[in-house]
This record gives sequence, C-alpha cells and structure tokens, in this order.
Amino acid sequence: MSPSLIAFKALVAKDLVLFLRDRRALMVSVLTPIIVAAFFGFLFGGNGGGNTVSRMPVGITDLDGSTLSKAVLGQLTADQSLQIEVMPEAAARERVLGGKLRAAVIIPPGFGAAAPGALLGRGEKPLLRLFYDPSQSIVQPVVAGLVTQHVMQEVTRPFAAAGGMSVPFTLQSVAVASGPKYNGYAHAFAGMSVQFILFMGIDAGVALLLMREQGMWRRLRAAPLSRGVLLGSRAIGTTLIAMLILTVVYAAAELVFGVRIAGSFAGFVLVACAFALLAATTGLMIAAVGRSVAATRGVAVFSVLILVMLGGAWVPAFLFPEWLQRATKIVPTRWAVDGLDAMTWRGLPLHEAFLPVAVLLGWSLLFALIALWRFDWEKD
Amino acid sequence: MQLTADRLEKNFGAVTAVADVSFTAVPGKVLGLLGPNGAGKSTTISMLAGLMTPDSGSVRLDGAPLGTGADPTKRRLGLVTQEIALIEELSARSNLQFFGGLYGLAGAALAARISAVLELTSLADRARDPPKEFSGGMRRRLNIACALLHEPQILLLDEPTVGVDPQSRNAIFDTIKLLAAEGRTLVYTTHYMEEVERLCDRVVVIDHGRVLADDTLQGLFANAPVANRLTLRYDPSPDEAALAEIKDLPGITHVELANSELSVFAADLGIAAPRVLERLAARGFSCLELTSRRANLEDVFLGLTGRTLRDT
Repeated sequence: MSPSLIAFKALVAKDLVLFLRDRRALMVSVLTPIIVAAFFGFLFGGNGGGNTVSRMPVGITDLDGSTLSKAVLGQLTADQSLQIEVMPEAAARERVLGGKLRAAVIIPPGFGAAAPGALLGRGEKPLLRLFYDPSQSIVQPVVAGLVTQHVMQEVTRPFAAAGGMSVPFTLQSVAVASGPKYNGYAHAFAGMSVQFILFMGIDAGVALLLMREQGMWRRLRAAPLSRGVLLGSRAIGTTLIAMLILTVVYAAAELVFGVRIAGSFAGFVLVACAFALLAATTGLMIAAVGRSVAATRGVAVFSVLILVMLGGAWVPAFLFPEWLQRATKIVPTRWAVDGLDAMTWRGLPLHEAFLPVAVLLGWSLLFALIALWRFDWEKD
Repeated sequence: MQLTADRLEKNFGAVTAVADVSFTAVPGKVLGLLGPNGAGKSTTISMLAGLMTPDSGSVRLDGAPLGTGADPTKRRLGLVTQEIALIEELSARSNLQFFGGLYGLAGAALAARISAVLELTSLADRARDPPKEFSGGMRRRLNIACALLHEPQILLLDEPTVGVDPQSRNAIFDTIKLLAAEGRTLVYTTHYMEEVERLCDRVVVIDHGRVLADDTLQGLFANAPVANRLTLRYDPSPDEAALAEIKDLPGITHVELANSELSVFAADLGIAAPRVLERLAARGFSCLELTSRRANLEDVFLGLTGRTLRDT
C-alpha cells in the first residue's frame, strides 16, 4: 500500500473511531432525528390512518327547526366526512374560536320557508352563516361545498320523483401511494434525516476549524500529504458517518414506525450516498469560508435551517404555493427529501432516483470546488 | 542533514512577518531561534517545515529545495508544534499509530517505532492511557514522540516546553540532547533565554522578522554591546571626580550612579572589580556591599534591541 493510501486510511479511520467512541454524541446523532421525525410523523397522520379519511368536527345550530332544516341536519350528520355536533350559536362560535371545531353552520330562522322560493328566484335568499377557523383555511370551501350539496338535495326533493337532486356521479377517492397503506412517518423521516445529517456536516466543518485553532491542522500539514488526501479523507470520513446515521435512522423508521422502502432499494441507496456526500462537502465548504468556530457555527446552522425549510423537510413541498414549489427546485435539500420520499412511500422505480442523485452530486461537486478554491492552506 | 534558510521573506498583506532571514543548522547541533512573541519565529518555522511558501528565498535540505504539500522531502523533517496537537480521546499508542500512518508507516515497522519513541520519551508504561489523563509534561513528551515516529533527520521544535514543570522540562532537554548526540539536526525556538543557554550550540536572535545576530553563545557575549555588571553600595556616594576616574579604567564600558548604588559594566569582572575597589578606596570611599552578575542572553537581546525579551 502506498504511503499516501496509508495516510488516507489513517485519517478516515480516525474520524470514524472518534465518532463511534463518543457514545453521547453518537446517541444524540441518531436519536434526535428519530424522535423529531416520530413527532412530525405523528402530526402528519402516523401509520394508523392508512387510506381512511378522518372526520372533520363541525357544529350545527338549527335556529329554524323546520322540516327542511332537520332534513339538512340529518344529511350532514350522515356524511362520512363530517362529525356533526348540534349546539347553540354562542357555544358553536366559542368552540370554533377555541379550535375545538373546524367550523360551525348556523341555520337561520325561516330557512325552511324561504329556501324553496329562493331556489326558483322568488323572495330573499336565507342567510346561512359559516364560522370557520382561519388557521385552517382549507376547511371553509370543504364545509361550504358539503352544506351546498345537502341543502340542494333536500330543497329539490319535492321536485323530483326519487329523493330530490343529487350529485350526478359517485366519487371514489383512492390514496395514491406505494403500499396498501400510506405511512405519515415516511416523509417526516426523510425530512429529519436530511436536517440532522446536514447539522452533522456542519459539525464536521466546524471541527476542522477547531483543528486549526488547536494546532492539529498544522501537525497534519507537516506530513507529506497532498490537499486531496487531507480534504478528501475528511469528505469520505464524513460521508461514511452520514451513511451510518441514515442506516440507523431508517432501520428504526422501518422497525418501529413501519416505514418501508417501497420503491427501488438501489435507488434509495444512491440517493442516500449522494446526500451523504452533499453533507460532507457542505462541511468542507463551511471550513473553507469560516473564520472562527464561534462565528461560523451560528451562520451555518441558520443557513441549514433555511435550506431544510425550503427543501420541504418540515412541511411537504406540495403544500407550498405553486411559485415556491417551482422556486425551491434550486435547493439541494428539496432533491434529497423528494428523492428519499420517491424511494420510500411513493414507491417509485430506480430511474426516478437518477435526477435527484445527479442534482445532489452536482451540488456536492460545486461545494467541493468552492472548498478547494477558498481554503487557506497556509493558515494554521 | 544540513538545513539552510536562505534569505527567507514572508509578508501577510502589508505586514512583513519575516524579512531576509538566513541561517544554517548542522547535524549533531542544536540551533536556537530566540526572540520575543511575534518576532517571526513561528512564521520562520512554518517555512522551514514546508507549511508555508516563502514570498522569496528558499529552504534547502542538504542543498535540495523544500516544497510544501506532498513534497516527499518533508519526510526528512519532524515538527513538534507549539500547541499540543494530540487526539485527547485516543490512547497514547493510538495517537502514535495515527501520526505514524500520516507518514506511511504501518504494520511491524510502525509497531517497532512506537515502542522506540515511547521508550525514548519514558511513556511506555502509559501507552494505553489517553493524553487527557496525562500531566502537562507527559503530554509535551508525547507531542515530541509523535514527531519522531518517522525518524526525521531534522527536528523542528517550536516552543516545546511551554507550560511544563521543571522535572518534565529536564526530561525534554535530555531527549533533545540525546537526539543531537545521534547526529540529528535540531532547530529550537523559544523566548526563554535560559533554555537557549542550556541547550543550544548556536543562537539566531530574531526580532521584527529580522535576524539580529547569528553566533555561538560565546560569540554573542563577546561581540554584542553588553557587559557583566558590578554593583557597589557606598555611603557617602562617590563624587564626580571618582566616577570620571572609574570610567577611564581599561575594560570598563559604562558606569551608572543611582542613589548610593554604583553600577559598573565591564567585559571581564575579574579584572575590573579589584581596580574599581582599589581606586575608590584610595579616594576614601569604603564599600558597604558588592554584588556581581554575569551578562546573559537577556542582556544580549537588550543590547541588540533596546528591549527585554519579556517586555515585548
């Protein structure tokens, strides 16, 4: 084995041994993403929701008490999407305000008498009020649509031979996901793995700055080693550590939370490797442009938080506005999260991993070049 | 192996850290680089170790130019850094395995060298312990051991005794003397004049990035504008006429009178002291107290720069 290869091996082994020996840091590195992903996964529906749709709690106040209003109330109560609670108007409003109900519908006095005429353009339209929680704006059109559907059905009943007007089709909702059951934890584990492995990459970069401050870098440079050996070994060591964390985190995701790599396993490995390399080169770039440990860590953490936020690690990118979904295609973390999602719960084939892998490798190459360009080799 | 610094110059922006520094270190001898903090010693060592490229000038090992990075010539050099550059979490043996690996050592050859340097630095019985459990002196010795694994012919020691107790300092000095006796070339930087006087065969005095003197200790004392000091206390103090007579005595370089204390500077105290006492006695002044002090490197530095090593 050549002296350079022996040195390269010694440098990589040192990084791995130090990572594995620090039990506390090791536990934090793997447990933190698991715990945070478990929390977010639970919020996103966990793995118990499967393909069923949860019922939305909605309050109803019937101030009319007519045959028509009671019939509408009956229809709404029978709707599989809604969990109806009947209550006075003040209580309904208070419970929406307190977040206990998603919305409340107030049927006004005289509704039963006025609605049939209003249908034919005679008389004033009765005013139904819909209280909704503004923090859940998607609820308003959903409840409004359901109320409209059921009111129309009951108001037109006298005009039709069989049961009034109805929606002229049957809608079958099919959850499009890899397995028989969508797992809400899958995206959370992708997002949190990306976030915390990037944090590990920052730590690796900051550790290099620390080596400079403590004189270790000077000692390493005294040996007859090229820049490629010194920085390359650092990149490979960090990449291997990132792979190790990903392996443990996804093992826990599969064993405890039922996350499956329902797509291509090879594709998952490729995306994971490319992202691990991205984390490592991010660390190198931080070490190259950073001035001091104290000043660099805060800026780097802030930058990573922005990257993971825009990458859809916290909230899935499909919930972003359309323009933001397009804009964040530039962000490498978006490709990492989407790539891991594609190979896990979306269950996509190997070729769907190629573009995310190519983008991640492209960013890694760019970061590595910046690191080589900006690294001050004569600074201790 | 001879180490030559030839007209080294290094600038950091508008600041000149090292200017026109030249000297030669030879096998079997310890060359001391003496200067206050910020004098340019560490920058000079960085260039000697191949860590930094000089803006002009060159470093040569037996005439061969030294490069930076992966230059194989660097294998002939060992660097003991001022900072204790050890991996605190790993055992002393693991540290040595790591640093040996950086120089391409592996297997039986590495194991043999580890045993040898542990013996040399008297750390064999603590090989399994991590440096974080060591005393300051032991950590310094392990720091030196790491630089000796690849058997360098030239050893650069950058302030290797900072923060160690006298016992460990003596152990480090013994190791350095042993290495010199083996025929290695040693360059030792320090701002402690006592260390230079005790260890070094030749001294390069450096300040503000420039070489102020390059000589043996004897040569420095002989040539530098310094002298040994004789301090005498009189009551009453000698008058102006007596002082003028003392100043005119041969071998006396300078005379000062402060309060009742007379300081006489001379190249040779053995010759000067009886003459001074005799002349003053003849003028009726009787000496109450007499002390003498040999000139040291602090005085040499003071004479060369007008400042003391510790003031700067």
